[in-house]
Amino acid sequence: MNPTVDALRATFGNAIGRGLESCGDTIVYVARESLLDAMTWLRDTPQQGYDYLVDVTAVEYRDRERPLELVYQLRSLPRGAELRVKVELDPRGDLTVDSIVPLWRGADWLERETFDMFGVTFRGHPDLRRILMWETYAEGYPLRKDFPLRGRFSRAEQVRQALAANPADMRERLRRGERGKLPHSE
Amino acid sequence: MSKRTVELELATPGLDDRGQPVRVPLGVADAPDSTLPEPDLAGEHMLINLGPQHPATHGVLRLVVELDGETVVRVIPHLGYLHSGFEKLGEYRHYNQIIPLTDRTDYLSPMANNVGFALAAEKLMGIEITPRCTVLRVIACEMSRIISHMVWLGTTSIDLGAFTPFLWAFQERERIYNLQEMWTGARLTTSVTRVGGMMADIPDDFVTGLREFTQTFPRTLSEIDRVLTRNAVWVGRTQGVGALTAAEAINHSLSGPMLRASGVPYDVRKDKPYLDYETYDFDVVVGEHGDVYDRYLVRLEECSQSNRILQQALVRLPDGPVNVADPRVILPPKSRAMNDMEAMIYHFKQVMEGVKAPVGEAYVGIENPKGELGNYLVSDGTAKPVRWRIRPPSFINLSALSRMAEGHLLSDLIAINASVDIVMGEVDR
Repeated sequence: MNPTVDALRATFGNAIGRGLESCGDTIVYVARESLLDAMTWLRDTPQQGYDYLVDVTAVEYRDRERPLELVYQLRSLPRGAELRVKVELDPRGDLTVDSIVPLWRGADWLERETFDMFGVTFRGHPDLRRILMWETYAEGYPLRKDFPLRGRFSRAEQVRQALAANPADMRERLRRGERGKLPHSE
Repeated sequence: MSKRTVELELATPGLDDRGQPVRVPLGVADAPDSTLPEPDLAGEHMLINLGPQHPATHGVLRLVVELDGETVVRVIPHLGYLHSGFEKLGEYRHYNQIIPLTDRTDYLSPMANNVGFALAAEKLMGIEITPRCTVLRVIACEMSRIISHMVWLGTTSIDLGAFTPFLWAFQERERIYNLQEMWTGARLTTSVTRVGGMMADIPDDFVTGLREFTQTFPRTLSEIDRVLTRNAVWVGRTQGVGALTAAEAINHSLSGPMLRASGVPYDVRKDKPYLDYETYDFDVVVGEHGDVYDRYLVRLEECSQSNRILQQALVRLPDGPVNVADPRVILPPKSRAMNDMEAMIYHFKQVMEGVKAPVGEAYVGIENPKGELGNYLVSDGTAKPVRWRIRPPSFINLSALSRMAEGHLLSDLIAINASVDIVMGEVDR
């Protein structure tokens, strides 16, 4: 296993959860509150030097009891080491974590995509908007397991909404901050 | 200095209050009142909309550009016009059924995508592929790199006003497409890999055809080099445009030629070798200034390095089986499935239930023409992945567009956007 896991545990103590290995890759779980500190430490400590953010994404399991996992894939270009950092979130609870855009500009669109597809809110992100779906998309978060493959709205409903849409109304809804919310949920 | 942004109404003129079509007035009768003073526009910014239907955006990319005169102040890309939900679809499909989806992400290098996915699935299942399959996959990857770079070179030179290299590049691409058609029966949607092997071995004439290609292709490269590399117009339009330092490129998570043009010698084939790339003799091409010109040089030289790898792969191509000898993973031949009870059961189980992967997760990054293509698979022990994530290189490379284009002229924005080498099928997925 990657020695970084032990070094992380020595520095952050209980904030570091279990470390495990899957198909040769090291995975370490970090508490949500310590994510930004741990990432800063991983990037800026010379012995670690994880200077390259490969990917940010999320995984929701078919098993409803399992938490939703945020997955950060890190790499150290000088050392050639890789580390996968995970944060567990309750899919039915508060899906908020700190944004890592202050550390890596490359996280900007990756976090926006995770927000768009899973509904995870990144605190401190400079421009957290939907990216692949349109901004007034109201059917929810497509990659969540409770989202049906064919979408929530019927084709007839989608056509009705498209015909009823007008730019002024959309602009007003965006101004009110109605982004990524189901129309009748709140 | 306070600047005011003029917001343009992008509504289409339609019907007036009485339901009559609104007409655009003609003639001098509606000329502005000349007694009014000229409005002072010096301090105003203009918003213009580029795309999604615009040839220079290389697909359905929409850019909202804020301009101060001709200088770009801000670029806001809007994506998603080609979003197909491939990752969601993958959660409902067996591993082998996902391979056709990978063709359609980066459709300019379909074979390399097939290889990337198959490698991730094999890492997840712990399958060791055969030596012949390894070399065939290297050939598939490097052919993809050449056609993808040829499309990039052709379209970028057209964007900057050079038409001839486009024709040369597309002729070369056509020759590779003929080879792909010979191998798989399809030119674009190849679906050439399977978990544990390939969909077919190469046909008899393939090696001869590819050898002929590798012998004649360098001539086209040197012609393109002669027309563009020291061309005053080309150099003037590309040098010093859209430059990123090495630190910025790393911070923006760029990969592939974009990262190497900024002087970072990271190539997945060398630094995290897969498919025995460490045994091939080739150079990692690294730029110096990180501008559009260096990206062009890097991609042009990568084509000749790919050609070198192809030549070596043809020499070492071993005989032997293409698929692993595991009936749980590889479909038995139809003749056996029809005559042998055991083979028929394996055939039935694979088609109906799919290949089951053990619980776990695997990430495999491969050096695609656009950058590092990652396939991240999470399995819960069933035949369908819980999560299939594509790390899309051109999506991440495109996210640095605003940073690169700000402060340049609008015409430079076209050059910078072209230099990112995006393919919207992959950006939107």
